[in-house]
Amino acid sequence: MSPDLLKLIFGRLGIESLPLHEPIVVGTFVVVALGGITLLAGLTYFRLWGYLWREWFTTVDHKRIGIMYMILGIVMLLRGFADALMMRGQQALAFGGSEGYLNAHHYDQVFTAHGVIMIFFVAMPLVTGLMNYVVPLQIGARDVSFPFLNNFSFWMTVGGAVLVMASLFIGEFARTGWLAYPPLSNIGYSPDVGVDYYIWALQVAGVGTTLSGINLICTIVKLRCPGMTMMKMPVFTWTSLCTNVLIVASFPVLTVVLALLSLDRYVGTNFFTNDFGGSPMMYVNLIWIWGHPEVYILVLPAFGIFSEVTSTFSGKRLFGYTSMVYATVVITILSYLVWLHHFFTMGSGASVNSFFGITSMIISIPTGAKMFNWLFTMYRGRVRFELPMMWTIAFMLTFVIGGMTGVLLAVPPADFVLHNSLFLIAHFHNVIIGGVVFGAFAGVSYWFPKAFGFRLDPFWGKLSFWFWVTGFYVAFMPLYVLGLMGVTRRLRVFDDQSLQIWFIIAAIGAVLVLLGIMCMLMQFAVSFLKREQLKDVTGDPWDARTLEWATSSPPAGLQLRLHSRRSRQ
Amino acid sequence: MNTETHAATADHHHDDHAHGSLSTYLLGFVLSVALTAVPFWLVMSGALGNKQVTALVITVFAIVQIVVHMIYFLHMSPKSENGWSMMALIFTIVMVVIAMSGSVWVMNHLNSNMMPIHQMTGTK
Repeated sequence: MSPDLLKLIFGRLGIESLPLHEPIVVGTFVVVALGGITLLAGLTYFRLWGYLWREWFTTVDHKRIGIMYMILGIVMLLRGFADALMMRGQQALAFGGSEGYLNAHHYDQVFTAHGVIMIFFVAMPLVTGLMNYVVPLQIGARDVSFPFLNNFSFWMTVGGAVLVMASLFIGEFARTGWLAYPPLSNIGYSPDVGVDYYIWALQVAGVGTTLSGINLICTIVKLRCPGMTMMKMPVFTWTSLCTNVLIVASFPVLTVVLALLSLDRYVGTNFFTNDFGGSPMMYVNLIWIWGHPEVYILVLPAFGIFSEVTSTFSGKRLFGYTSMVYATVVITILSYLVWLHHFFTMGSGASVNSFFGITSMIISIPTGAKMFNWLFTMYRGRVRFELPMMWTIAFMLTFVIGGMTGVLLAVPPADFVLHNSLFLIAHFHNVIIGGVVFGAFAGVSYWFPKAFGFRLDPFWGKLSFWFWVTGFYVAFMPLYVLGLMGVTRRLRVFDDQSLQIWFIIAAIGAVLVLLGIMCMLMQFAVSFLKREQLKDVTGDPWDARTLEWATSSPPAGLQLRLHSRRSRQ
Repeated sequence: MNTETHAATADHHHDDHAHGSLSTYLLGFVLSVALTAVPFWLVMSGALGNKQVTALVITVFAIVQIVVHMIYFLHMSPKSENGWSMMALIFTIVMVVIAMSGSVWVMNHLNSNMMPIHQMTGTK
């Protein structure tokens, strides 16, 4: 073949795109390839391909699509957490002249991939999966409004995740940080394929997210059962509605910003360059117009889960339903008025910074109102400390700390000291792990019996809970300390030996979280093996009140293979 | 489904979505053609003399054009879809106004605070 034709087909792809010079990546590839071959061989041996294709991959059942989203989120959690462990290891080692074990090229990809994966391919699938599964059941709908579109949205999200995973072994991933600010992400400073992987992964997954948002809004507005007026909807459905409104209003901004960045990279436009009237600061401004609503997209459904769980396990109606709904709606609107607090230091001046500082402090008021609603729901209730309730209480304690450091960061003068420091890292992990991740886990343990017909094993669940919660505190409290001492984020090596102890403590915390994740996987396995003992025959194992518990577990339309097999024996 | 229930659902359907009639479509068509033709004529003939005034007038025509499309072609009214269409419209307008005016405000201040003196473009 002529070189021109090869160039046309493969472009910049060549044998040198394979990272053969990175022993860590090669080792990972060997393990992943062996695992993948084993999985494919197993599926072939047990003749599961036809079943998976017909019943799962091409399904339009919202329940199965929801479960597939959850599986995607958990699989990607393992990848994103592996990145986290690598970073904690690197930072604990790289002191006093040691370079650690990751070179700069690799380390920069690791922290970028960690952020992108955890937000787009862990938190988003977990949240979307729970909404997909629960919302139609909670409003008494047979499915979402557009079931085929639902399947399409899911596979778009998977497509984005596959691109990020592929970048590990073919070419490289972005080395720009998770939001890929220009000029660093522009063609001059990132001529490699890393940022292209980043752009295309987010564009593909972003389309999926937007379509799924439209689908769920339509479902909630049009398919509620007779008699369920807006103010009779379960709180989780309310928070889902607001989250999907946020998705539909904000994801197009992300799509356009990334499209403009692509034009800068591919055809030489100057939207975000320093010359010819372009401004990299405009990119920062626009991406945070999407970025701030995004954090509320993640946390609002978690608030809904906590509301359902608190009410159920306190044996009481939710305190202040109406105020909860209005707090959610107010957060939805206010989340569009705070974006500049992510770049106070860029130099907008006192008047702009004051406005956004004040709006950022105001948005903590409805969130605080929610916190009191949950506390008053528990007050004089008969609180049962089952696993979902334990996650909820851990959330309340943890999220309040994260909220307080957030209000602190919302004060512009304080932000000038703490901007881009490890204090900020500790803050957003504090609210995202304490809010979104704990919320997703509460939701998983709460609705698992509904989805599969048996409860999750409480022993391994509680073990996982304690490892996760203590691990979180051990891993992130040292980062608050380091941040206050002025350590900035994304550093690969350190000179000051006195800081090392804090990074070692943080690394120990990460190992505790690893044990928590392993216990969680163990919990799924043990629960599956003990499914006869843990069986839920009532359809309502928690004595809950919302509509999804009035159906059988699992609800009709989801006949798992293990059940049909058992009935045939 | 028998014919009676079919008719009933069709009626119900008709109430939910206010479809246009031939006359409203024609009215919308005439209005949008006029609202397109007049700005073209203003630019091509230079009838107003002043370029800034012309730009302002064209902008007004464009906004009226959007409203005409929403009323005659998208059938938006306070009552359509039980008020959801109007609520979605108001929400969209609020979001767009926040994002655009906010960005202009923020970028203007960034420009006046952060631009090197020799590149200042005259703000403040």
